[in-house]
Amino acid sequence: MSEFSINSGIEFRNAELEIRHFRARLAIMAGLVLLLFALLFLRFFYLQSVMHAHYNTLAEANRISIVPIAPNRGVIVDRKGVVLAHNYSAYTLEITPSRVTNLEAVIDELGELVDITPKDRRRFKKLLEESRRFDSLPIRTRLSDDEIARFAANRYRFPGVDVKARLFRQYPQGDLFSHVVGHIGRINQRELDQLEANELLANYRGTDYIGKTGLELSYERSLHGTTGVEQVEVDSGGRAVRTLARTAPVSGNNLVLNLDAGLQEVVYRAFGDRRGALVAIEPETGGVLAFVSKPGFDPNLFVDGIDPQNWAELNNSPDRPMVNRALAGTYSPGSTFKPFMALAALTYGKRTPQQAISDPGYFMFGNHQFRDDKVGGHGMVDMHKSIVVSCDTYYYVLANDLGIDAISRFMGQLGFGIRSGIDVPGEAEGVLPSQEWKKKRFRKPEQQRWYAGETISIGIGQGYNSYTPLQIAAATATIASDGVMFRPHIVNYVEDVRTRERTFIEPKPVRKLDVKPEHLAVIKQALIGVNKEGTGRRAFAGAPYVSAGKTGTAQVIGIKPGEKYVESRVQERFRDHALFIAYAPADRPTIALAVIVENSGFGARAAAPIAREVFDYYLLGKEVKPVKDDDDATPD
Amino acid sequence: MPHLIRRIWHLFTAHLDGLLLGAVLLLMATGLIVLFSASNASLPRVGSQLMNMLVALAVMWLLANIPPHYLMRLSLPAYLIGLTLLILVAIPHIGVEAKGARRWLSLGITRIQPSEFMKIAVPLMLAWYFHRYEATLKIGSYLAAAVLLVIPVALIARQPDLGTAVLIFASGCYVLFLAGLSWRIIGGIAVAAMASLPFVWSVLHDYQRQRILTLLDPMQDPLGAGYHIIQSTIALGSGGLTGKGWLHGTQTHLDFIPERTTDFIFAVYSEEFGLIGNLLLVLLFLLIIARGMVITANAQTLFARLLAGAITLTFFTYAFVNMGMVSGILPVVGVPLPLVSYGGTSLVTICLGFGILMSIQTHRKLVQT
Repeated sequence: MSEFSINSGIEFRNAELEIRHFRARLAIMAGLVLLLFALLFLRFFYLQSVMHAHYNTLAEANRISIVPIAPNRGVIVDRKGVVLAHNYSAYTLEITPSRVTNLEAVIDELGELVDITPKDRRRFKKLLEESRRFDSLPIRTRLSDDEIARFAANRYRFPGVDVKARLFRQYPQGDLFSHVVGHIGRINQRELDQLEANELLANYRGTDYIGKTGLELSYERSLHGTTGVEQVEVDSGGRAVRTLARTAPVSGNNLVLNLDAGLQEVVYRAFGDRRGALVAIEPETGGVLAFVSKPGFDPNLFVDGIDPQNWAELNNSPDRPMVNRALAGTYSPGSTFKPFMALAALTYGKRTPQQAISDPGYFMFGNHQFRDDKVGGHGMVDMHKSIVVSCDTYYYVLANDLGIDAISRFMGQLGFGIRSGIDVPGEAEGVLPSQEWKKKRFRKPEQQRWYAGETISIGIGQGYNSYTPLQIAAATATIASDGVMFRPHIVNYVEDVRTRERTFIEPKPVRKLDVKPEHLAVIKQALIGVNKEGTGRRAFAGAPYVSAGKTGTAQVIGIKPGEKYVESRVQERFRDHALFIAYAPADRPTIALAVIVENSGFGARAAAPIAREVFDYYLLGKEVKPVKDDDDATPD
Repeated sequence: MPHLIRRIWHLFTAHLDGLLLGAVLLLMATGLIVLFSASNASLPRVGSQLMNMLVALAVMWLLANIPPHYLMRLSLPAYLIGLTLLILVAIPHIGVEAKGARRWLSLGITRIQPSEFMKIAVPLMLAWYFHRYEATLKIGSYLAAAVLLVIPVALIARQPDLGTAVLIFASGCYVLFLAGLSWRIIGGIAVAAMASLPFVWSVLHDYQRQRILTLLDPMQDPLGAGYHIIQSTIALGSGGLTGKGWLHGTQTHLDFIPERTTDFIFAVYSEEFGLIGNLLLVLLFLLIIARGMVITANAQTLFARLLAGAITLTFFTYAFVNMGMVSGILPVVGVPLPLVSYGGTSLVTICLGFGILMSIQTHRKLVQT
C-alpha cells in the first residue's frame, strides 16, 4: 500500500515536471510566432508606410506596365520557296468580357458601327466559352479603314472594346496542305496548363495562338520565337504614354519543307472528288515530297476559332475530311504486300526465284478453299511472274510455308505496324499481325490463339494486316533505296531568321535491311515487269522513263466463300480500296510512293494512273492526262 | 418544449469552443468579403466558397465531437493508409499528372490528393508515437520519429509539391520540438542544415531555383514569377495606411495581381484595407493561435498536447508563409492564406484541425482522473 503511494507520488511529480518542460517549449514557440509576425508587420510597415509614396506612384502612374511583345511566328515554305503559311497584319475589334457588363447589348451597339454577322457572333460566343474572362477577344477581324474611323469616333462609348493591330496566320494554299502543315488556333486552358508545366508560360504572355495540328504543332517551339518585353508608362485610361525600356522579341524560325507544292497540287487534282491518300518519299533521304489526304479542309477556318456551323459541317461529313488518312488511316495493303513477302521468302531461304508452283486457281487449307482472282489459275508461276500477274495462290502457299512468326519479324524490319517517327503528330501504329499481337488484342483465350489458317490471307495483304499509307510508302522507298531505311520527314531544315543558320532535319538512315543485293534485284526486276507487262502496264503505257510498281486491292467487307465480288452490286462505301506502290526511275529512283483511293475498286484502274501523273510531273515537269480505259482492266 | 430545444442546443454546442469558433467565423467572413472584390464581384464564386465553408464547418463540428482517444486509435492506420496512397501516387500511370506534377489518385468520379490528407495524418502519427513510447524515450526514438516524418515529406516533395512538403515537414518538426528533442541535437541539425544548403540547391528543380533567385531580384524574370512579386508588392505598398477601400484596389481591378482569389488574395486585402487592415488581420490570426496555444497548454495527455501544438503552429506557418510570400520576403510557393483564400480542400483540412483542437479542449473534464 505504502509502496504504491510513493510510486504514484514520483509519477505525479514526473508528470508535473514534464508539463512544465512542455509549457516552456510552447512558450518558446509562442515567442517565435510573435517575433515572426512582428517581422512580417515590419515588412508591411516598410511597404505601406515608408515606401508608400513610391509604390503609390507606381500604381497610380501605372501603370508602369510590363507589356509583352509577341514575336512573329516563323514562315513555312515548300522546297522551292512557295509560301504555305505566313502572317499578315490586320486590325481587329476586340472585347474584354470582364470589363463589359452587358455583352449582348454592347455587341448590338457595335453592330451599328461595323458589320457584325451572325457568324461572327457565334464564333465569339464559342471563343468566350473557351477563354478566360479577362482575355481580349476578337469580335471582328480585318476591319476596313472606314470601320476603324467610325469606331474611333465612338470609342468613348465602349469601355472594354478596342481596335488592335494583330498579326494573323494565313494559309494561302487553302486545303492543299491542311493535313501536313496543320493550323494554329487560340490557346485553350489545357494548353495553358501544359505550357505552365513546361515552364514556357512566360514566353507565351502576349501570344494568343499556338500550333494545334500538323507541323504547326510539332515544330511549335521553333516557330514561336521568343517574346520581347516592353516597359511602358500608361495613363489612367490605359493608353501607352511612353516606352521606358524594351527588349525586342526574336522572331520564330522558318521551316523549309521537302514537300513540293506543285507536286502536291498535281496529286490533289488527280484525286478529284475521290477519297484517299498519297505519300511520296525521296528514297535517298527519306524527305517527304508529297503528303496528301483527301478530302482536306480549309485550315484558315480554324485560325480564329471556327464557327459552329462550319465545325458541324466538317465534323459530320461522311467523307471525314478531318481525318489525316495518310498518317492515321490504316488500310489492308492488299497485293502491294506481295513483293515484300517475296523478299522475305528469298531472305529466309524459303524460295528461290526459279522455284515455280502450278496454280489451279485456289489453295486448299484443310477443307477451306482460298481462291485466286483469276478463275482457273495462272498456270506455272515462278516468283517474277507471281508479282507481275499478282498471283494469289503463290502467296497463299508461301505464307503457309513462312509462318506468321517469320512474316511479322521481316515486315517489322520494314516498318510495317511501327510508327515511323515522321515529324507530324498523330501517327497511327497500324497492325502487324503476330502471335504476340493477337494475345494482346483479344481477351478470350480461344480468340488469343493464332490459327495457321489465319496466316494464309496475311500472304496477300489481307486478314489482320492494317497499315498507314505512310508506312507502305516508307517500305516502298526502302526497296527503292536498296534496303536503306530512313525516318520520313516533312521538314528539310529549320532556318534561323536572324543568322540565316540552317538546322537540317538530318537524313539519317534508321537501319540497313539485312537482305542480299541479288535478292533485292529479283524483286526490283519484277516490279519493273508489273509496269511494263503486268497489272500496271496500262497506266504506264508510253512513259519515257522506266518505273517499278505494284497494284493492290484491299477488301472493305469480307466476301463469303463461293460468293463472287461484283463491284456494281456493292454499296459505294463498301467497295474495295484501290492501292498502288511505285518508284521511278527504276535504275536510280528519285521518288517512291504509295497511293490509296478509297472505295474505287482495282488498284490498276484507280490508283496507278495517279502515280503516273505524279511521276510525269516530277520527272518530266509536265502534267499529262493518262489514257483512261475502264472496261478491260486486269484485276490484280 | 423550450427545455427540449435547449437540451438539443446544448448537445449540439457542447464540444465547440466559443472563442476559437468566433475567430474562425470572423476570418471566414473576411475571406468572403475579399473574395467578392477579388473575383470582380462574382456572386457564384462567393456562393461556392460559402458552400465550401459550410462543409468545412460541418467537418469541424464532427471532429470536435470525437473524443481524442478515438483519434489516437486512428493515428497509425491513418498514417499507413496515407503513406500507401502517397506511394501509389508516385508510381507512373497510377498517379494522375496535371501541370507537370503527379499529386493525385483517380477514383473514377473524382480524384483525391493524398498529400492533403497527410497534413493531418503526419502530426497525428508522431503525436501518437511519442505518447506510446513516452516512458522509454531515447535519442533513437527521435531518430525513428524523424524517419516517419521524412518519408512522406520526401514523397510529396518529389511530386513535386514544395508548398505542401514544407508545411508537413514543419508540422512534424513542431511535434519533435515539443516532445523535447534535446537542444544539443537541434543545434547540430541547424549547423548541418547550413552546411548542406549547397547540396539542397543542387537537387532543386530548375523552376524552384528560379523562384528563389527571383525573390532576390524580381526584375530578372518580369514576365514569369517575378511578375507576381512586383505586382503584389506594388499592391501592398500603394494600399498605404488605410487602403484604397473595398472594391477600389486598382492593382486588383486592372488585373495586375495574378491568382488573386487564391494564393495572392492577401494582396487584394492589403491593397484595399491598408496597414490598419493588415494589423487587424494579423491580430485575428494571433488570436486564433493564442487560443490554440492555451488549449495546447491545458491538454491532458501527451498525445493531445503534441497534436494541439502541431495543429496550432502549422496554422501559423500557413499564414506566415503566405503573407511572407505575397509581401516579397519568402519565395513563391503554393500555400494559400488559411480560411481566406478561395478553394475547398485547404479549408476542410484546416477546419479539421480546429475540430481536433476543440475536441481536445472540450473533452478535457471528461477524461479527468
